[in-house]
Amino acid sequence: MTAATLTPTGPARRLSPLTGLRNSLTLTWRSVLKIRTNSEDLLGLSLQPIMFLLLFTYVFGGAIEGGSTSKYLQYVLPGILVQTVLFATLGTGLMLNQDISAGIFDRFRSLPIARWAPLAGAIMGDVTRYVISVIVTLGFGMILGFRVKTNPFAAVGACLLVLAFALAMCWISALIGMLVKTPQGVQTFGFTAMFPIVFASGLLVPIQTMPGWLQAFAKANPMTLLAAACRGLMIGGPVGTYAWESMVWALGILVVFAPLAVRAYRRRT
Amino acid sequence: MTDAIKAEGLVKNFGKTAALAGADLAAPAGTVLGLLGPNGAGKTTAVRILTTLLLPDGGHATVGGYDVVRDAHQVRQLIGLTGQYASVDDGLSGTNNLIMIGRLLGLSRSAARARSAELLARFDLADAAARPVKTYSGGMRRRIDLAASLVGRPQVLFLDEPTTGLDPQARSDVWEMIRLLVADGVTVLLTTQYLDEADQLADDIVVIDHGRVIATGTPDELKAKVGGQVLEILPADLSRMGDVAAIVAGWTGVEPAVATGGRELMAQVPSAAILPGIVRQLDENGIELSEFSLRKSSLDEVFLTLTGHRADDMEKAEV
Repeated sequence: MTAATLTPTGPARRLSPLTGLRNSLTLTWRSVLKIRTNSEDLLGLSLQPIMFLLLFTYVFGGAIEGGSTSKYLQYVLPGILVQTVLFATLGTGLMLNQDISAGIFDRFRSLPIARWAPLAGAIMGDVTRYVISVIVTLGFGMILGFRVKTNPFAAVGACLLVLAFALAMCWISALIGMLVKTPQGVQTFGFTAMFPIVFASGLLVPIQTMPGWLQAFAKANPMTLLAAACRGLMIGGPVGTYAWESMVWALGILVVFAPLAVRAYRRRT
Repeated sequence: MTDAIKAEGLVKNFGKTAALAGADLAAPAGTVLGLLGPNGAGKTTAVRILTTLLLPDGGHATVGGYDVVRDAHQVRQLIGLTGQYASVDDGLSGTNNLIMIGRLLGLSRSAARARSAELLARFDLADAAARPVKTYSGGMRRRIDLAASLVGRPQVLFLDEPTTGLDPQARSDVWEMIRLLVADGVTVLLTTQYLDEADQLADDIVVIDHGRVIATGTPDELKAKVGGQVLEILPADLSRMGDVAAIVAGWTGVEPAVATGGRELMAQVPSAAILPGIVRQLDENGIELSEFSLRKSSLDEVFLTLTGHRADDMEKAEV
């Protein structure tokens, strides 16, 4: 306890916001490191969009777009992009849940760091996973024959829109991760909640053929709006309202679920 | 000497169960306090309150002079915590775990790296430093947990069952490391279900059961409290066991217990002064002995006397 003691003048009374930010960045580093070293997660993250692209394009494509799989690919890729990133947000809740059950968060909480840093670090680190999902989906889609019909900037804009939405959705996932007891529970519960949101929407098929009540749901579903905005940005068509409305949704989700998740986090840990 | 850890009347309820029902603890700076009790006694709850992970429902506690509720941030700057629940990240390597904690504690990148290497070497983990912690053995795992709690050079260290589930060799390794820390002046609160562990390491012991402190003292004081010493007699002729028991009872005033499948007789004796008398009377009655010994009560017996059940029974019930 001599020269190298961390707090030679006695412990500090408060934590500066800057320290909190630095704590978060350290924990972001940890999340990214985990993604890099966990080859299974990385493989699953890459294989999932590839599988969905192949299945939807070649199983449903012919039946849906009058027999043209290439036409359907143009339609469905922005939808699968949204779906893939949405599924990837489940990983956020899963990892938080694992960290809590394994006691890693208790270690963090016994350290003199910002209370919100572990949560912020986990979510910032997960952005990496979302970016990987986007790149794989878009890259493999292009191998299959998808072409951006607008311009590269608009396409990047579509990706950013999806990422922004994912950053809001991951708070729902984080909340589930806090409320459910086991990682398995997070997976089951998360997927059960995700499926109706993904399928009862305009992500994969035009909603016109759905029954009236379902159309009403699908129209209001922010996934429909987000996919429509992405389609507009990638293959042309209306963008403005869709993009705007989907971002309002994202903001709404963030405003509701981020505080709930933070509260659940405080309680759980 | 000031108390590095002090708790008064700690209460914590989980629903209708009282995990702590008014517990007092005190550890003078630079000493080891052993918190001894069976599973579910409230040991972990006490540690979680003292390390700011849990708010007490009643009572108050200070660590290093700081209130664990009001000055939690200061307390966190003084403590290190090792327990089954405060874990390291087993997806990361040993090195990266320690670097992460160093960075979180405000060390520069190079300082964190140096501290990590230093601790890994000290805990005999240098060879495994680059491997993910999930590939570590149980003993290595405890050592990296211990190393993780030392990155910030804590003044007060909480070790919650640091050797549970370890083999004897790994246990004594961990004990050795704890002794070295104490030699550096660190105050340690150690919880354990192992009576020999408390006996080996602790300066003071607090025995808790059902959330209450049922005894405090040094290991020797606790042993003395229960009747000091135990007399063990093994008659050469087992048929004379009844006579031996009657003679011993005459001197101690209590019917002795028969152990080891009816072959050995055990009795608490208040003082060694009565031994010559017992030996003479046994001899006068022509009873030959194959063994006659006097030893200090073990903490097992202390525990049995204090709680009315053996510590072992609780462990078995747990499994």
